[in-house]
Amino acid sequence: MGRMRRKNKTNYKKFFPLYLMALPGIVYLFINNYMPLPGLVLAFKNYNARKGIYGSDWIGLKNFKFLFATNDAFIITRNTLCYNLVFIIVNTAAAIAVAIILSELTHKIKKFYQSVILLPYMLSMVIVSYLVFGFLSMENGFVNHSILEPLGLAPVAWYTEKKYWPFILVLVNLWKTIGYNCIIYLAAIISFDRGYYEAAAIDGAGKWKQITQITLPLLRPTIIMMTLLAIGKIFYSDFGLFYQVPQNSGALFPVTNTIDTYVYRGLLELGDITLSAAAGLYQSVVGFVLVLATNLMVRKIDPESALF
Amino acid sequence: MRTKQDKIFQIIGHIVMAVLSLGAIVPIVLLVMSSVTDNDALIRDGYSFFPREFSFYAYEYIFKTGNTVISAYGVSIVLTITGTLLSLAVTTMLAYAIANRGLPGKGMLTFYVFFTMLFNGGLVPTYMNYTNVFGIKNTFLSLLIPGLVTNGFYILLMKSYFAASIPEEILDAASIDGASQFQTFYRVALPLAKPIVATIGLFAGIAYWNDWQNGYIYLTKRTDLYSIQNLLNRMIQNIQYLSQNSANIRNADVGLAAIPSVSVRMAIAVVGILPIVAIYPFLQGNFIKGITLGGVKG
Repeated sequence: MGRMRRKNKTNYKKFFPLYLMALPGIVYLFINNYMPLPGLVLAFKNYNARKGIYGSDWIGLKNFKFLFATNDAFIITRNTLCYNLVFIIVNTAAAIAVAIILSELTHKIKKFYQSVILLPYMLSMVIVSYLVFGFLSMENGFVNHSILEPLGLAPVAWYTEKKYWPFILVLVNLWKTIGYNCIIYLAAIISFDRGYYEAAAIDGAGKWKQITQITLPLLRPTIIMMTLLAIGKIFYSDFGLFYQVPQNSGALFPVTNTIDTYVYRGLLELGDITLSAAAGLYQSVVGFVLVLATNLMVRKIDPESALF
Repeated sequence: MRTKQDKIFQIIGHIVMAVLSLGAIVPIVLLVMSSVTDNDALIRDGYSFFPREFSFYAYEYIFKTGNTVISAYGVSIVLTITGTLLSLAVTTMLAYAIANRGLPGKGMLTFYVFFTMLFNGGLVPTYMNYTNVFGIKNTFLSLLIPGLVTNGFYILLMKSYFAASIPEEILDAASIDGASQFQTFYRVALPLAKPIVATIGLFAGIAYWNDWQNGYIYLTKRTDLYSIQNLLNRMIQNIQYLSQNSANIRNADVGLAAIPSVSVRMAIAVVGILPIVAIYPFLQGNFIKGITLGGVKG
């Protein structure tokens, strides 16, 4: 017993510096991620700034009833889900195509291609909104001035015409993320056994056949995994893309408002804190369930890739 | 033995990639060209790839009168450097501690980190916490703190790297040769983990340089603390405000005087991208490796 106790004591003495090193990170995560959690009760309260979060009166599910009675709840859910679905399909297809092309190209310029298409990923959404504005500005944008005008077409007020925005946002998102998205697929393809391809070539299979018969089937697990992980995040949207790129233009809200932009506007522009908190909790809870569900599926397919 | 089909594939592949590469940089080229276009020509002819009148006035203007630009640039630089270093310090130390197999409570600590990836309180409670409890609104800390560890995944990624690539004897060596745990971490483990430290540092650095949300949310009065991204954001918003509120057109002259001309705005945006583009060729290799390492779950 005595020996044990002494050993434990030295153990703690030995590990004390490690705990000390872990401390800043633990404290930070506590402040940034855990301390705000009790504040979620705000979604069930009638917020009164003077009384604070915990002193405000409970009103049960009233905020949620109000939120879901508005058309907004439907619009932000639809936009968040639909854009993410289209992003998943378009981005995955494009990323796989680019990865296959890059893996097949023999000239070393392919490294250059890869670097260049990754560059947009490094830019902030504010900069991206400037770049988009350069093309779409009503008065002196490139599209109105240098494409539509010479063709004799009337200029388009891009920032008030909502019908174009689903396409613009999908395109901007593709442009910004394609270089990033193709990297995982490219790494997977490079790891495939070249023997398959050599055997296929000897059997007379052309490039196209090799791609459809070897590369794509071998990529299947990667595609499934990446898609499942993306579905886990389907209730979250890129705030910058939906807020900054359309320049917060009110006329575009029906096609640009997502849960994240709604929560932001409610909190900081409209002062509708309780509705904002309700929408935020709705996102957190559904998001949590989705992450758990998709991870259970991922773990069934490939335990190595699962988060837990 | 390359077949004809192979050759056709190579040609099509190069065409597709050339078009995509062009597509990736064309918007940036348009931005750069607008910044060196004479402002009157810009308003007359619109943004153009081949400006009729060049002018470097916008850049001269920034350097001569651009106190706000230079100070915002300074904020961005200080923020990126301190943020990256602090983020790396916090991340590596926590990861190193929970990588030690013998550490009592290791499982609990790992879950503590992991849970932050599963459930997130979201903007409202986070904002309330930072403003009401910590009062960091309108301070430099509001730029630095909320983005310090953007993703618990980085901590876990680094933890597995420490655990997998650094022999346990080294992790345990501390007590044997009398070196303190911290010395072992700093002198032995950290240099061995260079690739992952570089990757995560790179992610953090880019995130800090590009961040505009924290400044937008928390810096409501102290515009002097604006980073370059916040400054750019503010400028484009002022223009929207004027163009969307026709009632203000009469006052537009007053407002417009405060808003830099089109070419100057574009020049500030170019200056904002400059550091990224300048270091990009040196870092992109690391970046690609880093994404392969951790991108699947990140």
